Amino acid sequence: MKRKINDSIRKLDKTCLPNWYEIPLAGAILSEGSEDYETGSWRTRRPVWNKEECTSCLICWLFCPEMAIKVTGGKMAGINASLCKGCGVCANECPREGAMTMVEGGEYRDCKV
Amino acid sequence: MALNLKELSQREPLFTGGARLCVGCPAPMIVKQVLYAAPHNPIVVNPTCCLEVSSAVFPYSSWKVPYYHNAFENAAAVASGIERAVVALKKRGRLARDKEFDIIVIGGDGGTYDIGLQALSGMLERGHRCLYVCYDNGAYMNTGIQRSGATPYGAWTTTSHVGPAQKGKQQPRKDIVQIAAAHGAYAANASLHAWRDLMRKVQTALNYDGPSFINVQAPCPRGWRFPSSKTVEIARLGTECCFYPLYEVTDGGKKWIINHTPRRKLPVEDYLRPQGRFAHFFQKGNEYLIEEFQRQVDERWEHLLKLAEMS
Repeated sequence: MKRKINDSIRKLDKTCLPNWYEIPLAGAILSEGSEDYETGSWRTRRPVWNKEECTSCLICWLFCPEMAIKVTGGKMAGINASLCKGCGVCANECPREGAMTMVEGGEYRDCKV
Repeated sequence: MALNLKELSQREPLFTGGARLCVGCPAPMIVKQVLYAAPHNPIVVNPTCCLEVSSAVFPYSSWKVPYYHNAFENAAAVASGIERAVVALKKRGRLARDKEFDIIVIGGDGGTYDIGLQALSGMLERGHRCLYVCYDNGAYMNTGIQRSGATPYGAWTTTSHVGPAQKGKQQPRKDIVQIAAAHGAYAANASLHAWRDLMRKVQTALNYDGPSFINVQAPCPRGWRFPSSKTVEIARLGTECCFYPLYEVTDGGKKWIINHTPRRKLPVEDYLRPQGRFAHFFQKGNEYLIEEFQRQVDERWEHLLKLAEMS
């Protein structure tokens, strides 16, 4: 039920505004996190990860402000292209040369970053 | 709890992505570290600041913990109330007695140094077991880079202009950790690049029997005028030149401990040069600003060394 209400609010556009009784009491946000908002579209540069050079020290994961570094089982697993804003902190802080580099262009829907 | 990145990365983050913060913002890095370090169930209180306006945009929220937004001036007062409510509910049997909560306030420097100072002072004085984390980006960044009590000497902001009459802010910054320490609270200065130190301080603070305050250096790419990729690097330079030393005050404000002494103390120029807000320091005829800045940093550092030596 709560999920449904949230979904209807998220679709906020002029054609389907929720009714007052569909909005949670006191305007409370029952969200599961804002990850479905794609901040990746802001990007003008994108990080490119070199799997061969990477030692999975997870420094990029720690400092990534967007939680866009995917980690599975304590190992670096890739970059979440729909969240990465392309700040470049990961590439700047990476202790290994060539493991993470920034390239121009932020194409994000179909690029394999 | 071990502070191991491999183990931490397997836990679910309590602050998610998708927040509308600027590119390269230090605030989520700090929030992530603070929430990972919290040993019990965290409850977050957030006064108005950059973090609040961009992480809790209706109908989205980036927080996976109970989260309260309140006005600028009363964050610490709300946290005190929550802490008392937990005690009262436990007494009446409405909450399990063994369930522990970590009440954490995360506020910006405007809401801490200036507007929220009286509430903070009240919280520290009454001795509530709350942790106040201030992410110190040195100005009111949310409303458009106005000077605050945390803005360093000589820095340009939109309300401390650089021109023939004055060169940036004329006053040195407020030392809020000393104010918190004078209340007898656990007080610490930390920085986001020293994650192990920051997480340890959060754990110490939350296990401390009394109020606690942690001031965290948060270089703001937008307001400090540097490229977004340099956030962590600038923080490191700030600590290495002793402008933002890492230290803590425990034992009711009596024991001062310096956590990091730079092997080679960098000149402040290395810290000032990459930042656009100090660009006028390097213009001809303004060399005295660098000297004055260095003098202030040295003076504070010497004072800190003396305090650590005495205790």
